[in-house]
Amino acid sequence: MVDLKTNYLGLALKNPLVASASPLSETVQGVQQLEEAGVSAVVVYSLFEEQIIKESLELDHFLSRDTHSFAEAMTHLPEVGKFSLAPENYVQHISNLKAAVSIPVIGSLNGVSTGGWIEYAQKIEAAGADALELNLYYLPTDPALGGNEIEAAYLQVVKDIRKTIRIPLAVKLSPFITALPNFAKKLADAGANGLVLFNRFYQPDFDLEALEVVPDLHLSTSSELLLPLRWIAILKGRVALDFALTSGVHTVEDIVKSMMAGANVAMSASTLLKNGTDYARELIAKLEEWLIDHEYESIQQMQGSLSQEMSGNEAAFERANYMKVLNSY
Amino acid sequence: MTKIIKTLDGNEAVATIAHKTNEVIAIYPITPSSNMGEHADAWSAQGRKNLWGTVPAVVEMQAEGGAAGAVHGALQTGALTTTFTASQGLLLMIPNMYKIAGELTASVFHVSARSIAAQALSIFGDHSDVMAARSTGWAMLGSGSVQEAHDFALIAQAATLEARVPFIHFFEGFRVSHEVSKIEMLPKETIRALINDEYVHAHRARGLSPDHPVIRGTAQNPDVFFQARETVNPFYEACPDIVQKYMDQFAALTGRKYKLFEYEGAADAKHVIVIIGSGGETVAETAKALNAAGKNVGVLRVRLYRPFSIKHFVEALPASVKVLSVLDRTKEPGASGEPLYQDVVTAVTEAVAEGIAPFEHAPRIIGGRYGLSSKEFTPAMVKGIYDDMANAKPKNHFTIGINDDVSHTSLEYDPGFSIEGEKTVRAVFFGLGSDGTVGANKNSIKIIGEETDNYAQGYFVYDSKKSGAKTISHLRFGPEAIRASYLISQANFVACHQFNFLEQIDMLKYAQPGAVFLLNSIYDTDEIWSQLPKEVQKAIIEKGLQFYILDAYRVAEKAGMGRRINTIMQTAFFYISGVLPQDEAIAAIKASIKKTYGKRGETVVQKNYAAVDQALAHLRKVDVPAKTTSDLTMRKPVSDAAPKFVREVVGTIIAGDGDSLPVSAMPIDGTYPVATTQWEKRNITLDIPVWEEDLCIQCGKCVFVCPHAVIRQKVYDPALLADAPTTFKHIDGKFKEFPGSAFTIQVAPEDCTGCQLCVQVCPAKDKSQPKRKALNMAAQPPIRESEAVNWDFFLSIPEADRTKFDPTNIKNSQLLQPLFEFSGACAGCGETPYIKLASQLFGDRMVIANATGCSSIYGGNLPTHPYSVNKDGRGPAWSNSLFEDNAEFGLGMRLTVDKQNEYARELVHQLTNLLGENLADELLIADQSDETGIQAQRTRVDELKKKLAGSDDPKAKDLLSLADVLVKKSIWIVGGDGWAYDIGYGGLDHVLASGRNVNVLVLDTQVYSNTGGQSSKATPMGAVAKFAANGKGIPRKDLGMIAMSYGYIYVAQVAMGSSDMQTLRAFREADAFDGPSLILAYSPCINHGYDLIDQLSHQDMAVKSGLWPLYRYNPNLIAKFKNPLNLDSKAPTIPVKEAAYTETRYSMLALSDEGRAEQLMQTAQADVNARWELYQQMASMSYDNNDETNE
Repeated sequence: MVDLKTNYLGLALKNPLVASASPLSETVQGVQQLEEAGVSAVVVYSLFEEQIIKESLELDHFLSRDTHSFAEAMTHLPEVGKFSLAPENYVQHISNLKAAVSIPVIGSLNGVSTGGWIEYAQKIEAAGADALELNLYYLPTDPALGGNEIEAAYLQVVKDIRKTIRIPLAVKLSPFITALPNFAKKLADAGANGLVLFNRFYQPDFDLEALEVVPDLHLSTSSELLLPLRWIAILKGRVALDFALTSGVHTVEDIVKSMMAGANVAMSASTLLKNGTDYARELIAKLEEWLIDHEYESIQQMQGSLSQEMSGNEAAFERANYMKVLNSY
Repeated sequence: MTKIIKTLDGNEAVATIAHKTNEVIAIYPITPSSNMGEHADAWSAQGRKNLWGTVPAVVEMQAEGGAAGAVHGALQTGALTTTFTASQGLLLMIPNMYKIAGELTASVFHVSARSIAAQALSIFGDHSDVMAARSTGWAMLGSGSVQEAHDFALIAQAATLEARVPFIHFFEGFRVSHEVSKIEMLPKETIRALINDEYVHAHRARGLSPDHPVIRGTAQNPDVFFQARETVNPFYEACPDIVQKYMDQFAALTGRKYKLFEYEGAADAKHVIVIIGSGGETVAETAKALNAAGKNVGVLRVRLYRPFSIKHFVEALPASVKVLSVLDRTKEPGASGEPLYQDVVTAVTEAVAEGIAPFEHAPRIIGGRYGLSSKEFTPAMVKGIYDDMANAKPKNHFTIGINDDVSHTSLEYDPGFSIEGEKTVRAVFFGLGSDGTVGANKNSIKIIGEETDNYAQGYFVYDSKKSGAKTISHLRFGPEAIRASYLISQANFVACHQFNFLEQIDMLKYAQPGAVFLLNSIYDTDEIWSQLPKEVQKAIIEKGLQFYILDAYRVAEKAGMGRRINTIMQTAFFYISGVLPQDEAIAAIKASIKKTYGKRGETVVQKNYAAVDQALAHLRKVDVPAKTTSDLTMRKPVSDAAPKFVREVVGTIIAGDGDSLPVSAMPIDGTYPVATTQWEKRNITLDIPVWEEDLCIQCGKCVFVCPHAVIRQKVYDPALLADAPTTFKHIDGKFKEFPGSAFTIQVAPEDCTGCQLCVQVCPAKDKSQPKRKALNMAAQPPIRESEAVNWDFFLSIPEADRTKFDPTNIKNSQLLQPLFEFSGACAGCGETPYIKLASQLFGDRMVIANATGCSSIYGGNLPTHPYSVNKDGRGPAWSNSLFEDNAEFGLGMRLTVDKQNEYARELVHQLTNLLGENLADELLIADQSDETGIQAQRTRVDELKKKLAGSDDPKAKDLLSLADVLVKKSIWIVGGDGWAYDIGYGGLDHVLASGRNVNVLVLDTQVYSNTGGQSSKATPMGAVAKFAANGKGIPRKDLGMIAMSYGYIYVAQVAMGSSDMQTLRAFREADAFDGPSLILAYSPCINHGYDLIDQLSHQDMAVKSGLWPLYRYNPNLIAKFKNPLNLDSKAPTIPVKEAAYTETRYSMLALSDEGRAEQLMQTAQADVNARWELYQQMASMSYDNNDETNE
């Protein structure tokens, strides 16, 4: 019997497969199915900073607009006793999930600026979340804005949130950080407990007929695994953080690679969306088989084994590897 | 018991009691009573319970007649039942009211009394409606203030239960129903104490039940009907004392004492005014002031008008009275006097005869009319009446408050007379509807009312336009009770929230010497003086005003509030007025913000807080120079080039001075000229579209979608460009029918509302920078003058010859001149593009019957009218009858046209000798199926007129009076879904079934738009609307399917934002169809809760989700063995939920009740699927007789 247990953000998990933020966690039933399928923890879908602000402003705009303008129509929509806005619903959802499942529930906040919205970190904690994943994603379009300023802003958010909560805090990043090891260390210093690599996001596409820019989102493929794989392998042992690998975890091999790079958990959403929740059960069974077949006793045994520090081939992760790949053609 | 003080309006004050003391409430929207039903519906939706601990059942009916029927049924089965209504609504209830009274049934109808439509509709307050119901046998209890309305709602309820006489409890629309006032609320204990459950149980026991069956509602014959009718007399005899008993009990509980007839004034008064309602407050205060000046005058306020107790009436009068002046707020043309006057004459005569009067000789009694349709009724007018009573021969049947230079009924008075005490602060605010001024002022008055010991009153005056609407707020507060049911004329504080109003409105006429003038200004202290019109400078100097400015837009922008400046100006008002210490004021404003916006999320609250915090830092006091320096002057309301009537009458109304117009200035029968909106240059937008001619593909889509006909296209002879202004743009025309032509798209810069629909729809993009389209928005002020010149030049270019092209595509159709322009509809209105299209296609031969609603308001509300004329003076002839009867009204028009056409044809036949055989034949067999045919017939009619001119033959004269009817006419019956699906449905069904050639256009906004978005049977499932605060639980009625079931009605369902071509086809086919046609036109509306700039994509989503499938059902195809139903849209491709949740009307339910929203969305999806399946099956049926599958 192999031991699949792992530890992430101080949470003892029965296996390394965690469901990352996705529509699968929008309902209690969905999360229960994930639990039944064997995932060891779930990151709940993200509550966006924009959502917190926009929903409130939009509701106000459309309920206030053109009111008290015309004698026959003082208002245009009825007065409603109470609204449950998305943030409150989210907090309630976390609370409902905690009552319904026994696996750890990780809340997720997505935003970049300091401000009123970060109070929801505390509310998520109060609702019973076992940890919080903070998704930092800012797309700099202003030429006057430098990388240092953006990183400083990111760190400030982490510090501000750290001050408000006691539960573990993981930070999810995009790959576009100039000096990731350095920044990862700063995140650790700012109070982060883990790093989730990497964020995937909507990328605009073009509609050639309408000459319009349109949003698009594709599910990930295994090929996307390589980028986070490299970076976790580099960071493992260099910064005092736990790691979650997300993006491209589709097969049992992908999970194993994640572990060997040094991840504490492998997060998956695309493949569960595509193949159904039950596919998690299959992946975990295969993981067990893989370990048995390859004579591993535990997950911990392989964690970080192919990290830059432990692999014995440091160059493979650096420029030298680039030369090698070119020469192979 | 702790007093509960609230500051609220009359409707809410009344609805609170009605909801608390009833079990069943039947409602239907009508201004100004709608809010009472809205409150009742919302409270029940929220689970608020009545006195007995159960939530009243609130049901919306299809009409007031229906509401009265439902009330009657509920009462007859023993439920405590009420309704709210006004005006025509009350008239529709009258038949049931006779029954309810005849059956001695306890009930109270709460009526916000309003004018009845006569020469024109009016939504404003007087007693015309309740007086029309005075013969129904209902008791009538009139209240004159918000406090009284609250109190009398309960007294009426208590009294009716014991008296078994039903009550109309009435109070003036707007003046009381909408006035915000500080009142003492009745605690539940008081309500409980006054409502006697013994009578409630008796009422219930009288209810029909098979457990103790009786029959009620029999038919009676001459032998006994009369006697049976007289059985009720003892109940009416007893009723006044019962009311007084409850008034006395009420006084013991609350300290507020009321009498059936309440006298105030000198004990030895010789001159006494008798009056009902809120005007009594003004008369009482004036009498008090005059008493203090030694005048022996008084006022008798009538509370219980029916049953009219002569005994109580004369007992209340002082014995000294010599002249009684009886004021009626209604007009009864042809009567010997108005109702109250007649009652008083009768009462005094009888009392003197019976010896029960306090005087031996009857005083002289005169009657007069005042305050119709919320006309001001001021202390100055009251003094004018008292002054006239002192004359040896006071004028009888007088009017006060107008200048009647026709019948000379009006009394003179000194408008400068005022009794307003110095302790009362009076503030007037000028704002835009969209800047939140009224909302902020309502909050201010609530803060003052509830956070200080001051009495407080707020009254708000609104615009007749729906776009760029101006508002005026009148606020009073002070340590003394406020009994002023009239507008402020001399204010201590005048605020102008919109800088451009300075050139339009003489607002400083409201400022008393030394008053504060607060202006929202983008200019700072060093610049502001030079930016003011000379008239404003002069008033500031001469009145010694304290002048403050505040750049509220800048503060709003910094706080992320957009253009909502309400809380910013509110903060400045509190600071300057000093009504509360600064810290307390700001704390109170913030508390109010939290209360108002809290449930919409913390973000909104914080933004408002930020605006408040930043406001005072930007407030500046201006050092007023000693002299006027400005070259700027206020703008004339209309151009000097306008016709005389427009300049002298319409212009006066536009300038806000309509009160000064004498009777002789007004048309005698409500007939007004058309094409007058063109003179009212409103300049309500800061941005207008600008044409980039190099990109334009001349598709006409921008012209098609424009709701206000402010963007137009023309093809014309390039030679005309010789006189073009230098900035006039043009390109070569691309119309095969007009080779070698020039083409221009032109915007009317001063009429545009800035809705941006034209920019949204424009498909032409710059390939190098697609954000640049053939139309882009640009700032209006810099190009206003030059584009106005271009617009005038554009208008001078002849319209394209209608006989030279077929309007079968959008491009061509938009060469047709719109004969509906610059209406006051909302910016981005979803209805008006359809009316405009009809006016383009058929306007010069169109007669329109328009149901009451949005389309009758922007179509027919004074001061200006959007229906226009072509160069020949032809254009749509338009009229509005009522809300409920529009289909029948339009059918009547068709009957006239058909009958007169038939008669004219008979005359042509009989006058063949005079006309010549050829002309007569051609007139009779003319093909008028296209423009060429119609033009040819017009030419023939002209020829006919020439030939018959001067003939003495009576038949020739007859034919001349009818000849125009020989040209084909297009009858259009236009209205909203409230009319077509609900109140007018019975008539609509009958008219459609008649087979007559009428075209029905339903502007389907899926709610009662004009009254603020109440649910109709067109409201889709899952949408939140007023009267459906929990989301509509049943699907929208499929009116099109019902009409199709007749098999001989042309039916089309269109959405111009989804398919403009299908819309165009449907309109042309409907007109061409020689029978009834029905077009259901999807009309986005502000009540849907999204920005109307996005309406085109919302229309498309409605179609693509299957919520609004497009189709045309043309019975003519059956004769060609074709299926009459064409499905013009494809099977749904997006889920209902996805389309729905882009609109607040749906998404707000998901936020307030997610479970119900989800369930309704699922059911709505199933309904859409099933309906689509049904349509598809119908459209695929074979109509080919030879098709075996059809056997």
